[in-house]
Amino acid sequence: MAQDIQWKIGGEAGFGIMTTGLLFAKACLRGGLNTFNYTEYPSLIRGGHNCMQVRVSDEEIHSQTKQVNILVALNMNGVTRHTEELADGAAIIYDSEDLTLDEKEYEKYDLIGMPWKQIIKDNDLKEVMKNNIALGASLGLLNYDLETLFGVIQDTFGRKGDEVVNANKKAAKAGYDYVQEHYKELCKITLQKTDNEPKMLINGAEAISIGAIAGGLQFYAAYPMTPSSGILHYLAKEGPKVGMVVKHAEDEISVANMAVGAGYAGARSMCGTAGGGFCLMAETVGLAGLTETPVVMFNVMRPGPATGLPTWTGQADIPLVRGAGQDDVTKIILSIGDMQDSFELTWKALNYAEKYQLPVIVMSDKYLTESHIGTAKFDTGSVVVDRGLLLSDEQAAKEEDYKRYKLTDTGISPRAIPGQKGTPFAANSDEHDEYGQSDEEIENAIAQKDKRLKKLEEYKKEMPTVQMFGKDDADLTVITWGSTKMPAREALKWLEKDGINIQIMQIVSIHPFPSEQVSEVISKAKETLIIEGNQTAQMAALIREHTGIELKNKFLRYDGRPFYPEDIVAKVKEMVN
Amino acid sequence: MPVNMNDFKKQDSTWCPACGNFGIWTALKKALVKLDLGPDQVCFTMGIGCHGHLHNYMKTYAFEGLHGRSLPLGAAIKMVNKDIPVVAFAGDGDCLGEGGNHFVHTIRANHDMTLVLHDNQTYGLTTGQTAPTSLKGYKSKSTPSGVIETPFNPLTLALSSGATFVARAFSQDLSGLSDILVKAISHKGFALVDIFQPCVTFNKVNTYQWFKERVYKLEETDHDTSDKIAALSKALETEKLPIGVFYEEKRPSYEDELPQLEGEPIVNREAGKRDVDSLMEALR
Repeated sequence: MAQDIQWKIGGEAGFGIMTTGLLFAKACLRGGLNTFNYTEYPSLIRGGHNCMQVRVSDEEIHSQTKQVNILVALNMNGVTRHTEELADGAAIIYDSEDLTLDEKEYEKYDLIGMPWKQIIKDNDLKEVMKNNIALGASLGLLNYDLETLFGVIQDTFGRKGDEVVNANKKAAKAGYDYVQEHYKELCKITLQKTDNEPKMLINGAEAISIGAIAGGLQFYAAYPMTPSSGILHYLAKEGPKVGMVVKHAEDEISVANMAVGAGYAGARSMCGTAGGGFCLMAETVGLAGLTETPVVMFNVMRPGPATGLPTWTGQADIPLVRGAGQDDVTKIILSIGDMQDSFELTWKALNYAEKYQLPVIVMSDKYLTESHIGTAKFDTGSVVVDRGLLLSDEQAAKEEDYKRYKLTDTGISPRAIPGQKGTPFAANSDEHDEYGQSDEEIENAIAQKDKRLKKLEEYKKEMPTVQMFGKDDADLTVITWGSTKMPAREALKWLEKDGINIQIMQIVSIHPFPSEQVSEVISKAKETLIIEGNQTAQMAALIREHTGIELKNKFLRYDGRPFYPEDIVAKVKEMVN
Repeated sequence: MPVNMNDFKKQDSTWCPACGNFGIWTALKKALVKLDLGPDQVCFTMGIGCHGHLHNYMKTYAFEGLHGRSLPLGAAIKMVNKDIPVVAFAGDGDCLGEGGNHFVHTIRANHDMTLVLHDNQTYGLTTGQTAPTSLKGYKSKSTPSGVIETPFNPLTLALSSGATFVARAFSQDLSGLSDILVKAISHKGFALVDIFQPCVTFNKVNTYQWFKERVYKLEETDHDTSDKIAALSKALETEKLPIGVFYEEKRPSYEDELPQLEGEPIVNREAGKRDVDSLMEALR
């Protein structure tokens, strides 16, 4: 029997809920298990309700689920807001000194009341260690190996000194022992470690950042905006150690222009923001397109419009990103769906930007960027840094009549950078001739526009189009994009166990659109269902535009929450049966 | 071979005859000759406006970007290539209107670059509307009854934002302007050169004659360029208009303060694949 439980902690923002959730997950991962952390929090620093759930399994998992088996409630909201999510027989760990839970009302559940203050006093602990007591209690309830948690505590707090480490260990042990002593009969589940190699605990922001570092990123600019700030924070800390400049600029307009300036100057360059910040960057997408300047731009989506739901998730920026910059901007748009995509498509995006000399926009979202998954270390063997037709100093010195925007068969022209001997040129936001000089003549305007568009034909030869999961002869083909890939893959696994075969098509390339591949998959499908996180089925509209196919079955969500595998399974069963 | 004026030759200019930009263009070439910086040894950035066409007439590395954005482009070029002198050009509307936020923050950062501000107190390329530096009451196509706002003072704002080099010049005073540009480009940190540059087509108020009657040289006074309060008070004068270096200060530039920039400029380092194993290991 597979082990599959979900633990959740909820309470007031500022209680250290996120940290506790990550410690719990790490303790599980070090025991050779798999984890998926999903977090919800309001746009507040103190107060409001925060929660993090950690699903643990000995099988490979792709998403969170709905049912909670162990709930740690740090206040009454922590109980009432999550009661509906509780599985039958779930345990509620709560403060029995502060909260009174009606036994009748909660009779379906195991109530693990813990006198926090007493435990703190008896063990000479500090109030702030309540979370660690709860963590210990949770693992006690699962009869899990406490030493494994000690190892995580050691590595997490080690730099703060032995005193802090020991106090945290003591708190965890106090919680563990209390549950084992007072609720032994309720410690029904034994979470078994496996012999599997421990995985890393990583979120999408870290996966993007590590992909960027591996891919030779040299300049990153950003302005803080949830849910993209994780990339800025990670790179600001790790980037300078590998020689990278990370700049928090005054606004997203400056951010985008700086990223373009650094790209023009010859650095591997990237910037990141959320939808609102991307609105400000739109003009710069056009600038990079027209001046053929390599740059990677991340749009980590959240629901809008305007400020919208700042700390929630959504997949609703296809029209924004596609339309960024007036007229036809030669650009590439990719969408990433999980940690592996986040890593791999980031370093590849840096290559595409330099090979095709254009802006590459990568779309992620809050759900992917801020959820943590336990995953094996990325395979870095295939990582390559491809700078395209960037001239070496020796090559530049040999140029006699250098044309930065030379018309070529592929549309791609050899690129010089400032400071190289013999190739001074102007990158020019006005339409320009092969040298970069402003030129408004008819023949030139057509030639340069055609040249730029031609680059995309070249790119299509290596473009990542779609990813397919499941069997070709499936009863139903689920079409999705971005992070909805994760719960969709989870649903595929569950449906398979119920004897229902589905196939998933994850659309990776938003622009250029992989029309042929998408048409082919849809035409062969017995039935289709498109699942996406927006109100108007933006991907379905894109498919119709490019293939003429009108998808009739749509499953949409636009309330800021991610899809759950349970909902996808139910929807599929409704259609298949 | 030493750099000479002809090295920068490109297409003929299309600026209006007698445009103030001609003086800037000539003084700039003289300054680069003096600094012995050839076309491939300097990088210009421009916004949009008449000034932005400069790269069509003058051969150097250049990036004519978007309206108001020459500063972030230039700052980034400097951060990844600290060895190349960066000169950003901007118009008054371009830099102080559309790009006002960048003006303040680039100064505050003290990026090692020069800003040449083409200050003609009007919008030229869009055929004569009011600019942030237009005098109160200035009548234009967008303010037929006269502008209500008081003029923007780039010098006082730069000084109060922490600029480490602040100067003003008059485009007709070629040798004075050229000397100031030499100092500005040589200055370590952010240098602002605000240039009175008459728009002969659209600004019938602030003409060559108007400026000639008002400008006087700071170097001919006992002005102390290390005194910020004195600089501010000079910058606030409106009856007579001082030109020259108002303020100069030694402070490490933004680039000096980045330890990762020690050694070769970033663009001269190989942008290779990096080993990320230890980063992944730290997440276990």
